[in-house]
Amino acid sequence: MTERLNPAARADKYGRRTNRTHSPVRAASVPYLSVMLASALPILVIAGSGPLIPPLGFLLLICWRIVSPGFFPPWAGALLGAFDDLFSGQPFGSAILLWSLAMLVFEFVEARFPWRGFWHDWLAAGLAATLYLVAALFLSGAAPGGHLILAIVPQILLTVLLYPLAVRLVAGLDLFRLARVKVID
Amino acid sequence: MAPISSRRSGHSRRAQYSLFTGYALAALGALLGAFLLAASLLSPSAFSGLRMAASDAVAPAGTGAARTRAASGGILDGIAAYWRAGSQNAALRREVELARIRLGEAKALEQQNRELKALLDLGETGGQTVAVARLVGSSSTSGRRFAYLEAGARDGVAPGMPVRSAQGVIGRVLEVGSSSARVMLLSDSESVLPVKRAGDQLVAFAEGRGDGKLRIRLLNLGINPLKPGDLFVTSGAGGYFRPGIAAAILDEVTPDGGVARIVADPAAATAVLVEDIWIAEAVEALRSSPDKDFAPEDASE
Repeated sequence: MTERLNPAARADKYGRRTNRTHSPVRAASVPYLSVMLASALPILVIAGSGPLIPPLGFLLLICWRIVSPGFFPPWAGALLGAFDDLFSGQPFGSAILLWSLAMLVFEFVEARFPWRGFWHDWLAAGLAATLYLVAALFLSGAAPGGHLILAIVPQILLTVLLYPLAVRLVAGLDLFRLARVKVID
Repeated sequence: MAPISSRRSGHSRRAQYSLFTGYALAALGALLGAFLLAASLLSPSAFSGLRMAASDAVAPAGTGAARTRAASGGILDGIAAYWRAGSQNAALRREVELARIRLGEAKALEQQNRELKALLDLGETGGQTVAVARLVGSSSTSGRRFAYLEAGARDGVAPGMPVRSAQGVIGRVLEVGSSSARVMLLSDSESVLPVKRAGDQLVAFAEGRGDGKLRIRLLNLGINPLKPGDLFVTSGAGGYFRPGIAAAILDEVTPDGGVARIVADPAAATAVLVEDIWIAEAVEALRSSPDKDFAPEDASE
């Protein structure tokens, strides 16, 4: 009888290695579905006095871009942005434009700074979210006055502070996405 | 994090082309977005069909959320009420007595008003309640202030109709889907409401600032007669809102008017009323520009 192998060697964080593989449907759909859900979710909150909720769809898109680079093709920003525009209250086209630009900018920034850590990622995500919120305000069709710009400051801070949580969520979703659930016969 | 070597295209032509195609598609997407954005900024009602179909789809989820919001608010209010039950009871009784007297007075005034209007033969068809519905959501991430209503064209709601709660003005219907509608809230930075000071006929415009406050701009410049605490009600000018609905309370006085807070909080309103446009003819007259009559293409007709 051969010596018993360490059971942990047959499994990793995605589950058992023997006879198992990823579900291709799950692996391809979870990022798209999670960003779409996050785009539609803030509509359920009634904010009468000012923008209150972080742009969850955009935040999750950035997090997926950072956690699993190369999953979203650069053009996915336009597709998911079109969905976001249906719910965000922004004029149609604003998120298509800004999300596409964000994907391209991330692509080029990543080519320049390939070695990164958590703090770099947070800085990049925070800068991207800040620029996005300010740009979205200017493209919203409202005359941007001083009060309006002041009104989005809490939203910007909340978005930047939410990044670590969001990235943990996305990392968890990534484990779920690539879990070996399909049995190979 | 280490660089991802698989995403370097290297010498493979195929990998190079697919990488380049991805960037080109993303740039095309951005261009398409810019084009669509320009189109929707030039005519805000563009793509309303798409948007309202989406809002029709999520309105049922919003109804559930609104129900939870109302229920949880009720529980919190109930707990808070226990703490101050005794003193509150006495105060409320005094208030009810006063309110009854005021209600009697208001009824008398209403009667007098009706008689005077009949004398003047003023035909006002609007002002009736079209629908009573819940606000099921809002554009909480955007700089614009829109809310979504769980009533649509099916319930008789049409664009332009005023929306109010028991407290006061909420906003105006902007777009209508079959079972939901989009309301521009009073606090939106594109919203302008003709108001007057309750008690006298001092007229002003209440413009949304986008941060939950209203800018009160007086029509007659001169010495600013406003005081903090002044209540502003709709004046009926413009034809959308019937006069006398509470809109704003002045917080601070500025040289050309003041800054006011909104009376009716859309988040606190359990149900809102959609009313008929007060004087539809006035709205029609305002919508068609006065210069139109002199335009060459109209003259040729």
